[in-house]
Amino acid sequence: MAWMKTVCNVLIRPKPLMRSLLLGVALAILGAVVVRPSLQAQAATPPAALNDPTGATTGTAKDVTVKDAANPTLPEVMETVGHNKIAINFVWVLMTGFLVMFMQAGFAMVETGFTRAKNVAHTMSMNFLIYPIGMLGYWICGFAMHMGGVGAVAALGGTAPLNHEFTIQLFGHPFGLFGLKGFFLSGDTYDVGVFALFLFQMVFMDTAGTIPTGAMAERWKLTAFIVFGFFMSMFAYPLYANWVWGGGWLAMLGQNFGLGHGHVDFAGSSVVHMVGGVAALAGAIVIGPRIGKYDKQGNPVAMPGHHIPMAIAGTFILCFGWFGFNPGSTLAGTDLRIAVVAVNTMLAGAAGAMTAMIYVWLKFGKPDPSMLANGMLAGLVAITAPCAFVTSVSAVIIGGIAGIIVVVAVLFIERTMKIDDPVGAVAVHGVNGLWGILALGLFADGTYGDGWNGVPGTVRGLFYGDAGQFFAEAIGGLTCFVFIFVSFFIFFKIVEMTMGNRVSAEAELEGLDMPEMGAMGYPDFVMTPGPGESHPDYVPRA
Amino acid sequence: MKLIKSVVRPNKVDDVRDALEKINVPGMTVTEVRGHGRQKGHTAIYRGKEYNVSLLPKVEIEVVVQDAIVDDVIKAIITAARTGEIGDGRVFVLPAEHSYNIRTGEKDV
Repeated sequence: MAWMKTVCNVLIRPKPLMRSLLLGVALAILGAVVVRPSLQAQAATPPAALNDPTGATTGTAKDVTVKDAANPTLPEVMETVGHNKIAINFVWVLMTGFLVMFMQAGFAMVETGFTRAKNVAHTMSMNFLIYPIGMLGYWICGFAMHMGGVGAVAALGGTAPLNHEFTIQLFGHPFGLFGLKGFFLSGDTYDVGVFALFLFQMVFMDTAGTIPTGAMAERWKLTAFIVFGFFMSMFAYPLYANWVWGGGWLAMLGQNFGLGHGHVDFAGSSVVHMVGGVAALAGAIVIGPRIGKYDKQGNPVAMPGHHIPMAIAGTFILCFGWFGFNPGSTLAGTDLRIAVVAVNTMLAGAAGAMTAMIYVWLKFGKPDPSMLANGMLAGLVAITAPCAFVTSVSAVIIGGIAGIIVVVAVLFIERTMKIDDPVGAVAVHGVNGLWGILALGLFADGTYGDGWNGVPGTVRGLFYGDAGQFFAEAIGGLTCFVFIFVSFFIFFKIVEMTMGNRVSAEAELEGLDMPEMGAMGYPDFVMTPGPGESHPDYVPRA
Repeated sequence: MKLIKSVVRPNKVDDVRDALEKINVPGMTVTEVRGHGRQKGHTAIYRGKEYNVSLLPKVEIEVVVQDAIVDDVIKAIITAARTGEIGDGRVFVLPAEHSYNIRTGEKDV
């Protein structure tokens, strides 16, 4: 009788696992009974359509919407062709925008890999938070100030609502300063073309926003960083970006003053990278070096990054994202120049990695992995402006020079200027951003860019006969440095005087994870102090 | 009974374990440790700046053995862990008073 007792127990007082098993069996039986007749009903009528395993017969004339299939009219066909063209561009802009968005992960990993284990939760969180902070700030007013007066973007079907640029008259010419349409993406900017443009421009802004987190890592107070994020996304970036990409005065240097096509920056060597790098420079100067970075004699002390594999993986994520950054900047998948842009981009990154490796190897005896990463990123930053306008040979030269520049700049900033930039953000993005736009002014070969910024003819650099283009690039670079450096220096000084930029010395020595974030990045590991940590010789900067 | 603590190169742990297995040492405890000897670590280079890695990673192996085989065990460890280069490590021999088996609660004899 014992077995009957067991069965009764199972049925009457089932244990949780038994209960769910029983329920499952009951449902399966019920399902079989109910579903079977309908399956049989379907089987009675075989499918009428043939499958198309090769893809040769999918997408034909019958997919074009016409009133009378026997007599399609030309306007009807043109309607579909036009819609398809813009649709291709939309998919292109959105897809490449998604790639650029993923670069946030690359930045987070590069910066965290190059910093110390006791600060990882904090460094990661800054790189994470710039995405939501930047996005909301850009949605509130950044996008409106940046693109609100750009006019119709033909590749996106004409973003007609973006039609209000605030302009002043100087020297008898109009100087566009900022846009005034698209606040909160509301009103008549509730438009598919405007939204596509917003997504693409927003992730670019965020790239600029995340660059200073590297230069100011391991000592930046999180609250101060949050204020910075809003300042960058709402005001600083949108202003300069408007001047170059939003139809502002730097873009008009060609039309107004005959300087080539005005300041041309294809994908943002100046607009994104130099803005981020120069803001990083101002921030690193105001916040001062990490405790222990310089000894009493002022000599820099090595503070090795805690996770080189993370940094290298992050570099590759950035490199991959750059296929969105540069080719996407055509804003048109139908502009087949994207092939040239993509190849130039990868070539310059490769050249930068190689020259940095060779230079560091010859100089220090070993090819430092952190400098390999910086070298590749430097090549990518430098080609960002000229990628659409140069030959592949020029792309390799531009990237190769960038790989040397970045090493020289890292050493100069650290040893001569005594500015502590843990990840080399100023050297990679600031210095090579400048090199990128100057390189466009030198190497643009006149095969592309007809009508750019409203100037007829293609874009030519100094080496191809247009000195004016080089001057326009130089003016754009100078403006970027002066405007961004001054505004961020003042911004960081105001923060310094009110809330403070920097965590306490105790928090910095302990690591920022607990004091700033309340959670350790690596709770299961014992941290051993590296060189420079809790350095007795630390002298705070005056 | 003796407690033999040896600090060896991390890549020599398997060799030492094999050598001890051959002479029937029944168990061991292994700990990841850091330290330095006379050489005081070595220099590495990061972003063009040399720095001193003063505490190098080593592995500490602890075995408790009967007095009779102490010399064999020490010889086995030294033979297995030696490369002849600086940084091969140390062996320490300490007296061990008692040893208990936790599962049975018995005192080892």
